[in-house]
Amino acid sequence: MSEPLLELRNLRKYFPLRDALGRRRGAVRAVDGVSLSVARGTVLAIVGESGCGKSTLGRLALRLIEPDVGSVLFEGEDLRALSPAALRARRRDMQLIFQDPFASLDPRMTVGAAIAEPLRLHRIIPRSGEAARVAELLERVGLRPEAARRWPHEFSGGQRQRIAIARALASNPRLVIGDEPVSALDVSVQAQVVNLLADLIRDLGLTFVLISHDLGVVRHIADRVAVMYLGSLVEEAPAEALFAAPRHPYTRALLAAVPGRGLRAPPLEGDVPSPIAPPPGCRFHTRCPHAEAICREQVPALTGEAHRAACHLQDRLPPAPPLREAEPGGERLRRLQSFFQPAGSDA
Amino acid sequence: MVLEIRDLAVTFRTDRGPLRAVDGVSFAVEAGRTLAIVGESGCGKSVTALAAMGLLPGNARLSGSIRLRGREMATLAQAEWRRRRGREIAMVFQEPMTSLNPAFTAGEQIAEVLRLHERLGERAAFDRAIALLDRVRIPDAARRARQYPHQLSGGMRQRVMIAMALACRPRLLIADEPTTALDVTVQAQILALLDELKRETGAAVVLITHDLGIVADHADDVVVMYAGRVAERAPAARLFARPEHPYTVGLLGAAPRIEGGPSRLASIEGTVPDLLRPPEGCRFAPRCPFRGADCIRQPPLAEVEPGHATACWRAPLDRVLAA
Ligand SMILES: Nc1ncnc2c1ncn2[C@@H]1O[C@H](COP(=O)(O)OP(=O)(O)OP(=O)(O)O)[C@@H](O)[C@H]1O
Ligand code: SF4
Ligand SMILES: [Mg+2]
Repeated sequence: MSEPLLELRNLRKYFPLRDALGRRRGAVRAVDGVSLSVARGTVLAIVGESGCGKSTLGRLALRLIEPDVGSVLFEGEDLRALSPAALRARRRDMQLIFQDPFASLDPRMTVGAAIAEPLRLHRIIPRSGEAARVAELLERVGLRPEAARRWPHEFSGGQRQRIAIARALASNPRLVIGDEPVSALDVSVQAQVVNLLADLIRDLGLTFVLISHDLGVVRHIADRVAVMYLGSLVEEAPAEALFAAPRHPYTRALLAAVPGRGLRAPPLEGDVPSPIAPPPGCRFHTRCPHAEAICREQVPALTGEAHRAACHLQDRLPPAPPLREAEPGGERLRRLQSFFQPAGSDA
Repeated sequence: MVLEIRDLAVTFRTDRGPLRAVDGVSFAVEAGRTLAIVGESGCGKSVTALAAMGLLPGNARLSGSIRLRGREMATLAQAEWRRRRGREIAMVFQEPMTSLNPAFTAGEQIAEVLRLHERLGERAAFDRAIALLDRVRIPDAARRARQYPHQLSGGMRQRVMIAMALACRPRLLIADEPTTALDVTVQAQILALLDELKRETGAAVVLITHDLGIVADHADDVVVMYAGRVAERAPAARLFARPEHPYTVGLLGAAPRIEGGPSRLASIEGTVPDLLRPPEGCRFAPRCPFRGADCIRQPPLAEVEPGHATACWRAPLDRVLAA
């Protein structure tokens, strides 16, 4: 593997809790010792349920917040060691796309101004070239150049997300982090934006970190997948391997809970424990159907090479049931759906 | 039939003009069965549910027929609706926090329903509330009954809502996106619980969702809505095996699947129409790859097979493939 574009080393971030008098009362252990690397030109997905720390990890990676412990390396360079000026220059290489297309654009700025802002901020092109670059970016995300003169409120959620993507791409970033970038969209519009992201990743050679709870979307565009539970990684593997042969019981439970493939396994019981006082030992042991004494006592290490998992029993678990190809519509449906591929959109 | 809706139309008065949110919707649900209403945001799922509950806001006008166990409800006075609502129909919403009263404990709120509908005394009502919380599998129910909504997790709050719905032994349970706000492992628990309670009580269930996977796993029958109208209506297994409306075909291909699949998702171009200015004729026409000159007229919802109806001039779609 070539040198990773982004490397997270043993990151830890606790958010202190205070009582009414301002005294410290424990902390939310949002991210607790996560190491990950993202190879150039690949898509890493970070998945997990709400509160598992995936968004915090994304913000740490962009250095929007500082870790308590650990380091973030971008092209081998420690972001913490950079001067403020050097960090600012680095910012153009790293962009973030948020979930909420309604909150992420300034309502007082035209679409064109919103997209041009990063161009000016990083002095990427002379002002005279701005309009042309904005038009090019709008076309790149499937909008008409005339959109530049209009206001965000004139656009639908899906269109706003396209605008947010155009803005994120303006500075030619090498790394884009999308925090639930399609979660707020309806399925038909979500499909358009997922297709767009897949095209952009391929055509621009983007390195992309996709933070998502939607395993279907993850399967569709990720090369590697990292699964988080209560602030820690429980499994990390090539997407293909993770979906075909998940090793960690939590990953298996997540896959089994995705609706639409029949009700075979009884659902996982209980709620996710509080990240303020996570269980000792394996953090998943309170809900794990396989847990043994060792799981309650010792924290399992993340072991393996290309496919890593943090489970004491991973070598003794029965094989995961295969994902059944649940496609009752068959060939007829596939042929009908082929009419829904707009001609020339593969450009 | 527990619920029979025929030609339901709901129009809202808005400052931009009348908005017909639901237009000619018909379906029926039997005891012990789950009918799913599926469709994207704004297609009229919730308005249909509110109409069936007699809960439409003041700026709404309703026409058509809503029969609950044979009795016409559409013309009933508010007071009569209220009485029936507690007795025969119960509803579970997406966000339990907005339907629970933050000032009362979970147990008190359920007990209140029991006191009203079963005329139980205070003590007996609270004891039965605990039993109901236990029945919806809230661990340590006696302690949880004394907690306030904000002290409970999202999944537990939804269980409280279900316990409250059960308290009045409804014949009809309407669940509007009951798991959309929950994590997927908790969603699976709640849906399994709803299935189990339906089997036990024999209630008819209307399950509103935008997730076709949930439909596949939990529904007996499906209504697919688009822009206020029924696009397709069929037994669930049939809908997945032989969809007969282009919108259903597109939706099925647009949701990315964890089994993988084609490298590009089916893409329904454009966006849903503005209901203040809906397109003439077939409302799906501007986005439909099969549209033709005839689609300028509104296609009727017609059966292609007993029990399977679709509103498309091209149906059965095999003709498109043969062409
Ligand atoms: N009180 C109201 N006044 C005016 N218009 C309304 C009102 N309630 C709903 N509508 C409109 O009726 C249409 C249908 O809304 P509805 O809430 O039924 O959609 P839905 O299918 O439940 O969508 P979602 O998936 O987002 O919940 C929408 O265009 C909505 O804006
Ligand atoms: S009636 Fe015409 S436009 Fe409407 S769904 Fe059928 S083919 Fe498409
Ligand atoms: Mg709704």
